Amino acid sequence: MRLALREAFAAFRRAPLLSALGIVTIAFSLFAFGLFALVALNIRSALVAVEERVEIRAFVAEGTSVEAVAAAMGDIGSFPEVAQVLYVTPEQALERARRELGEFADVFESAFLPASMDIRLRPGFRDPATVRGVASRLSTYEFVDDVRYGQEWVQKLYDLRTLATVTGMGLGVAFAAVAVIIIGATIRTAVLARSREIWIMRLVGATDWFIRAPFLIEGFMKGVMGGALALGLTWLAHRTISRNFIETVFFDTDVALLGVLVGALMGFLGSMFSVGRHLRQV
Amino acid sequence: MIRLHNVGKEYPRTGVALSHVSFQMKKGEFVFITGPSGAGKSTVLRLIYMDEKPTHGEVRVSGLTSRSASRHEIAMLRRKLGIVFQDFRLLDDRTAEANVAFALEVTGTPRAAIPPKVNRALAQVGLASKATRYPKELSGGEQQRVAIARALVNDPFVVLADEPTGNLDERATRGIFQLLRDINAAGTAVLMATHDLDLVRSTNARTLEMNHGRVVYDSSESVESVLELEE
Repeated sequence: MRLALREAFAAFRRAPLLSALGIVTIAFSLFAFGLFALVALNIRSALVAVEERVEIRAFVAEGTSVEAVAAAMGDIGSFPEVAQVLYVTPEQALERARRELGEFADVFESAFLPASMDIRLRPGFRDPATVRGVASRLSTYEFVDDVRYGQEWVQKLYDLRTLATVTGMGLGVAFAAVAVIIIGATIRTAVLARSREIWIMRLVGATDWFIRAPFLIEGFMKGVMGGALALGLTWLAHRTISRNFIETVFFDTDVALLGVLVGALMGFLGSMFSVGRHLRQV
Repeated sequence: MIRLHNVGKEYPRTGVALSHVSFQMKKGEFVFITGPSGAGKSTVLRLIYMDEKPTHGEVRVSGLTSRSASRHEIAMLRRKLGIVFQDFRLLDDRTAEANVAFALEVTGTPRAAIPPKVNRALAQVGLASKATRYPKELSGGEQQRVAIARALVNDPFVVLADEPTGNLDERATRGIFQLLRDINAAGTAVLMATHDLDLVRSTNARTLEMNHGRVVYDSSESVESVLELEE
């Protein structure tokens, strides 16, 4: 193990330019991956903010007693999906309409809007099926005239979220595959540069694992360094965008470390494929 | 110790390299393999250190058979073989002693045991005083001695030498040949491929002559008996 470590470090000393090139290549492929992950993270975070606005409004028939509405609100508030139930009087509804539709404020002169129960759902219960389910239960109350929840809007929001997740995962896997191939190619260059040494190792009876070990360590270290560099570049990009364009969120420490670890894993895998292929040929 | 039985080797592009090659080599023996270029001498050596497997027949070395040898078993076998080439195959960025030590390091020899073994091997080939020289600072003959020291450092039971004097002048050739004779005298078998007939004639060692991928003469037997064995 000590020799494998020494050989791995010696590889950096023997071919500093090639090693630097390998690390920079890994860093750039991971940087591209990181940038996309950052975009996906911010889309997701924006969607969560939008999702919080998912609301069901149950309009209460005119003349319904306060007691009946209060009893129903207690009942609805105990639904596991429901986070909050608010009663909106016709006056409050008018006030809200004037506020939200400022340019048509003059139109709303009297309290002609119906009272309503505004229901917010808990996180994890804002998908179209749950929203639809809660809405249909609300419509069973006799005094409820109508239930509105922006059915199309909720569906579109979810479609967009699914699209962002699927695209993110697909492109993530593609970038990861490209990174593994690039790392494999840089390690292959290192393997070819040391093919004489490998040949002698085999000749004197070194086992395949012994020959592989320094390259695997080298690939792992290049992956860690490339990953750290990519993380730094992604952070710089995040700061630049936040300062000059729009406020963005960055990865948690755990996710950032996981990114570097993914880099290390890709370096390791790239090396493994590359050395394995070379050993099969010699 | 080494046994080739009815061995054939064919390559997809170049065709038949060996055909019906059979011979045995005993412990401590010195054997020449001679013949013109392309006769199959190097192929026989490659089959013995199991760099390649025969297309037909069987190669058996120290109990390991080419039919079933795994990569790991081959690695273990090579630790008991010393292999020397015409072009030395040294690592240019390491000193003579580092080149010799390399063979021990990569086979898991404990660190403390390496320096005495390296010193002994370099002394055996007469290069103790040049241990810290790099290959480029050594003559061809000296580089080949380093390669032989590397081959000897694991105490092999046989040294396989593929044209070890092919790149050397006459004086260096004599020196290397004498070194191989000394190694053999100390009990290690030597199988040496060469086309230097003067060298072969200078001793009474066993000679296998090859031509067109076949053993056409074995000095330990009559030609007829070899051909009979092939049949």
